[in-house]
Amino acid sequence: MSADLHNFAYMNGEQQVPRVVREALAPRYSVVPARRTRTRHRTWLDTFDWRLHRAGLTLESVTGRGPAELVLSGMAGERITAAANGARWPALAERLPSGPLRDRLKGLTDVRALLPAAKAASTVSEFRLCNDDGKTVAWLTVEHLHAAAPADADLPPRLSVTAVRGYQGQADRIARCLTAQPGVLPDGLPALDAVLATGGLAPGEYTNKVDVELSATMPGRLALAAVLRRLLDTLEANVWGTVRDIDTEFLHDLRVSVRRTRTALKLGAGLLPAGLATQYRPAFKWLGDLTTPTRDLDVHLLTFGAGAAELTSASPDDLDPFHRYLTRRRAVEQARLARALRSPRFRALVVAWRDALDGLTAPQQGPDAAQAAAKIIGRAHRRVLRQGSAITAESPPEDLHDLRKRCKELRYSLEFFASLYDPPTHRRAVRELKGLQDCLGTYQDCQVQQEEIRVIATEMLAAGGVPATALLAMGDLASHVGQRERRARGEFASRFAAFASRPAQERFRALVAGARP
Amino acid sequence: MKILATYNIKGGVGKTAAAVNLAYLAAADGLRVLIADLDPQAAATYLFRVRPRVKGGGAALIRGSRELDKAIKGTDFEGLDLLPADFTFRNLDLILDDTKKPTQRLARLLRPLRDSYDMVFLDCPPGISLLSEAVLHAADLVLAPIIPTTLSVRTLDQLTEFIDGLDGHRPELLAFCSMIDRRKRLHKQIAEQLPAERKDVAAAAIPALSLIEQMAVRRAPVTTFAPRSEAARSYARLWAEVRARAG
Repeated sequence: MSADLHNFAYMNGEQQVPRVVREALAPRYSVVPARRTRTRHRTWLDTFDWRLHRAGLTLESVTGRGPAELVLSGMAGERITAAANGARWPALAERLPSGPLRDRLKGLTDVRALLPAAKAASTVSEFRLCNDDGKTVAWLTVEHLHAAAPADADLPPRLSVTAVRGYQGQADRIARCLTAQPGVLPDGLPALDAVLATGGLAPGEYTNKVDVELSATMPGRLALAAVLRRLLDTLEANVWGTVRDIDTEFLHDLRVSVRRTRTALKLGAGLLPAGLATQYRPAFKWLGDLTTPTRDLDVHLLTFGAGAAELTSASPDDLDPFHRYLTRRRAVEQARLARALRSPRFRALVVAWRDALDGLTAPQQGPDAAQAAAKIIGRAHRRVLRQGSAITAESPPEDLHDLRKRCKELRYSLEFFASLYDPPTHRRAVRELKGLQDCLGTYQDCQVQQEEIRVIATEMLAAGGVPATALLAMGDLASHVGQRERRARGEFASRFAAFASRPAQERFRALVAGARP
Repeated sequence: MKILATYNIKGGVGKTAAAVNLAYLAAADGLRVLIADLDPQAAATYLFRVRPRVKGGGAALIRGSRELDKAIKGTDFEGLDLLPADFTFRNLDLILDDTKKPTQRLARLLRPLRDSYDMVFLDCPPGISLLSEAVLHAADLVLAPIIPTTLSVRTLDQLTEFIDGLDGHRPELLAFCSMIDRRKRLHKQIAEQLPAERKDVAAAAIPALSLIEQMAVRRAPVTTFAPRSEAARSYARLWAEVRARAG
């Protein structure tokens, strides 16, 4: 069996599918039951941000009478299977049994966990479609899906015709016959899409990007409100995963939403009704501060393996006590964060903030979206140029940290209003800024990490029982982090010069002035 | 990819029945199998209910103007494909004779299939010809059914000599007793003696059974319609020996 597949949905529930097919194909082809009807439970898995779907892949856990199986399939015919071995979801790909499936998934999902996206019970009957020699020229599969999640619902029967090798022409003819039948719709939705649709969902819906469509002439306040509402959606979407500690990206996306919101409140305060930004900025600062300890420890742990591999005078195993200490501390901080996200204070903030955003109306007077965007981005850009130009080789680290914050504000404002600008020009501006941000990010992260290693070493020593080899290895680790920090500091001048060059500035001004209507 | 040929100088000895059943059993064992029907009588093609027609005929296949791959048909059984016969295969000797290095031609044509199949069965017409030389050159293992009579044993010796006389690559030979009539004392006697005396004769043997003849009526391998029969068990025993020998 191989070759092209024809998919159909059968919408006329009154008629039995095999009978309809038999009548449609007679007398040229006969329909012969092939295998016993079997029922399986299908659970579709993907990361929260649909990394497999975006790569054109579908992962399923299939359970039935035999052993549970994981099946990864792609549109280009790729298919990898593996025993599920009692896998429990959510799970990181690295926790799956070793083999080609795990290797393929690890590369795609990285730090994101696989979690159930949809569930259904599937009853499949298979039939041979035979020519007048009794030769099977195609296989007909009839699948009845009963969706269990996101909603409980019966779906219309799904038919697929697969040509036997060398009989594609006859399979195409069969497909044409079926398409002509009342109630048979060609090219039915893929099973995952059909099951998700029972809950009004579609694959690939979540993104952490600020993907709002603005128009240049809409009131600036409403444009900012749309951005803030989108950020709140993302924030809320990531709360459950952060509380349940599914993977580290939930907290990352939640934290970025908070930061973006704080930037929007700071730079766009003038567009909002008097006092609104002032009222909510402390609340979002509280929220942002809540996320910092866990995220810092996540970064430590995520880069731990790479750092351990760099050690020169110690063995990676020497860092085990340090790793255990970080893990314990993270568990404590994560529990604290989860408590806060379940607290009445947090829930009240989210409800009140959404109400406030929903209540915003267009002001009598005020800038339109293009003018507002130009003002916000222009001001953020000027601040980066001013603070960056003032930095010399002797400047203290705090000056670079402040500049990093200004760069983030500029980056976020560019993202808020991206839909107003020519995409290639916008992408180039972001790319040029990103070069500077990466350098400043590495510099500050390395400083924070070195300081944390020092603090933790002191705490571990005070707690007692820490082997000298662990402290020496931590010193070795700090030294490598220090080298990276110095490299980043050395690169700063050239990175900033590239960003602040006259052509780059002219491109930037042209971008902001050229908002699309 | 292992290439196995069912071949004998004599005709009507059970070559096609063996090729069809062994190919089916190999596929049922999870191997990706191709059976190539090189006999213009197209018996294997008929048994798999495929029409005996190849676009461009044998000339297009042998000269390589039509990819072998495109002529292959799926059978009704998972993992088992068929290269159907065509009536023009009666001229394969002449077509081969027109090519450069004709005895190596078949091996070269099969080479691109090595990623797609684990095992290829060549079901050959009887006789000694340029085609049989090309088949022996391509094959790793020759499966020779022999009816246990004195004359057939002589034919086995001729086949052994023929293989020994080949230049370059020489396939391994595994003969097996076929169409044994248990009512005939000589059949029983030779069928017992041969495997004991010769290493190139399999212990498993195929009796003459009406169920095997019924394959032509049912148009399917015997294992599919009579899985517990003596015929099916005999082919299973033979497959176990063939699989061990083919490696």
